[in-house]
Amino acid sequence: MENRPLEYDYTVAKMFMLTTIILGIVGMLVGVVLAFQLAFPELNLVLGEGLAEYTNFSRLRPLHTDAVIFGFTLSGIFATWYYVGQRVLKVSMAESKLLMFLGKLHFWLYLVVVASVVVSLLAGVTTSKEYAEFEWPIDIAVVVVWVVFGIGMFGLIGIRREKSLYISIWYYIATFLGIAMLYLFNNMAIPTGLGVSTIGESGIGAWYHSVSMYAGTNDALVQWWYGHNAVAFGFTVPIVAMIYYFLPKESGQAIYSYKLSLLSFWGLMFVYLWAGGHHLLYSTVPDWVQTMGSIFSVILILPSWGSAINMLLTMKGEWQQVAASPLIKFMVLGSTFYMFSTLEGPIQAIKSVNAIAHFTDWIIGHVHDGVLGWVGFMIMAALYHMAPRVFKREIYSKSLMAAQFWIQTVGVVLYFTSMWIAGITQGMMWRAHDEFGNLAYSFIDTVTVLHPYYAIRGVGGLLYLVGFLMFAYNIYKTMSARPVEESELQNASPMGA
Amino acid sequence: MFHWLEKHPFFLAVGVFLVISFAGLVEILPNFAQQSRPVIGTAPYSTLELAGRHVYIKNSCNACHSQLVRPFKSETDRYGHYSLSGEYAYDRPFLWGSKRTGPDLMRVGNYRTTDWHENHMKDPSGVVPGSIMPAYRWMFTNSADIDTAFAEQLTIAQFFSVPYNKPVPMKDGSTTVVKMGSSVAEANALALSEAKVIAADMKDQDVKDAVANGNIPEIVALIAYLNSLK
Repeated sequence: MENRPLEYDYTVAKMFMLTTIILGIVGMLVGVVLAFQLAFPELNLVLGEGLAEYTNFSRLRPLHTDAVIFGFTLSGIFATWYYVGQRVLKVSMAESKLLMFLGKLHFWLYLVVVASVVVSLLAGVTTSKEYAEFEWPIDIAVVVVWVVFGIGMFGLIGIRREKSLYISIWYYIATFLGIAMLYLFNNMAIPTGLGVSTIGESGIGAWYHSVSMYAGTNDALVQWWYGHNAVAFGFTVPIVAMIYYFLPKESGQAIYSYKLSLLSFWGLMFVYLWAGGHHLLYSTVPDWVQTMGSIFSVILILPSWGSAINMLLTMKGEWQQVAASPLIKFMVLGSTFYMFSTLEGPIQAIKSVNAIAHFTDWIIGHVHDGVLGWVGFMIMAALYHMAPRVFKREIYSKSLMAAQFWIQTVGVVLYFTSMWIAGITQGMMWRAHDEFGNLAYSFIDTVTVLHPYYAIRGVGGLLYLVGFLMFAYNIYKTMSARPVEESELQNASPMGA
Repeated sequence: MFHWLEKHPFFLAVGVFLVISFAGLVEILPNFAQQSRPVIGTAPYSTLELAGRHVYIKNSCNACHSQLVRPFKSETDRYGHYSLSGEYAYDRPFLWGSKRTGPDLMRVGNYRTTDWHENHMKDPSGVVPGSIMPAYRWMFTNSADIDTAFAEQLTIAQFFSVPYNKPVPMKDGSTTVVKMGSSVAEANALALSEAKVIAADMKDQDVKDAVANGNIPEIVALIAYLNSLK
């Protein structure tokens, strides 16, 4: 018994792989529609005048951000957790009926929340807070999903055979705790039903409506403490967890430095939370908070680059793999985009740069080189690595994967370069004065000038979406088209012969 | 220590939690001790304005429009006085936005009129050639949700001591009283009397008829809100 390899149970991982792909397509498709709406406003009526309320830019925009963050990315995090968790803890989900039940419950509750979010956002039920748009009934459901996920996670850790927690597990634990803390505090609100009941009334107005516990500047402070760190604990911490597992596994190389991973982990945990203030530079929050936000954003380069350099040096002496394997390409370019994005962010957080960059498309560009280049690439790489082991079939097509890599890379480059130019152009035009000291441009001048860049950005996004559809097709064919292997291939690699 | 933590997940989790909560404690808590206080001249939103604010939020206007004038000459030239913290004292949630695809609206009530908004919301590029803003024609037929706005007023008056039916100091030394109904019927009557003032300045006959019949379209509430932004 002891010497037999464990049979890991990937039932829940498979379920979340599916939602990763489906919600990824939804989120990215909506994103492409939004991008082209800015270039060609007639597209706000894409489904006709009658449905304009539900297809116009402003109603769809939260759907895009939330579908990508809480749909695609979060599903990817869950899928990889239910895969990586078992393997590094050396325990199978099948060993505990309770954990298996919790895993499935987690998935189905998550689906219910996703469905209610889609409906409510399309209906315009939103609190307006970015990435925290959900009203209180959905917030409560989100908390339940998160608690179920957490119990499952700590349950699995509790019955582990491998006593030492691998690096990835530290990051998954941090993801759980970080999101829990941020989400709870930022969404504090009083349902108006409760407010009304204090004066002996009931049933006035919408039952799901609530009012934020925080007002004005305080609300902004809490929101961007949340908003910035939702990026930390959604787009950074769990993605680092993935690469610490999948890159060494796929390349057969040991992590370059344990000490560097320690430094990066604890450094990231401590520094990240301070940086939220950089979203509020030159606003009405206290000056010292703004300055702290700026300074800590720059310090944040250290732990971020620590992880990225650790990943790139893991490939030391094995760089031929980058040329040979599209899967390694995804991860290595992902790490590179991570370095790039975590340098760009701190630059934008410097006050004098932020004066130009804030409120412009440069910020949108920054978000997307991080999410498309780092988060998206890493999650797809993780699923590509998992698919042969989970479905016990080789990846359907390596050349399709390679083509996808190049199409998406071109897409990301078009995206961020066009948004750099758009953002800096607009920022400079807003502040330009003529020789008499009057504003040189009316606002609309600074909008019409962006048309070509919006069109290029749309094309970039479309290329990325096309690549993602190729990814979905490749995984689908892997699942369905090839004969089932008897058991997990011993050194199964998607690139294997 | 780190090796020990890696074998004791509970303490690892506690350690992570302490490290990540530290920044919030230092940066955020002190500001709560000093609650956001209104500046002179900042009054709570009326029922109709609050209903309009809900229309603004429902359609995510804040996805493209900021409400934050930064202290730069180019911004004060374009939008008016830079923002003061106390001006946001009654903003739950805050609506600063993070992207200016369209111009800032912090003080739009100072330089745009009911008539301008009516035309603009129907056909933005007809008013501002080259505009990429979508039209919001459904706001002319959808009804504003006055009841929910009233429920919110009751809630914030109760929990956050927002001064409804109380004198609020204005810049010229006078005081003003923002009225809140004591019942749903009274709240609706108050909102309707405000709506009639707005509708009188509008051209759309259907909107005028609706208000005359006691029904308030979303556009009327939205314009009331936008006019209040000063």
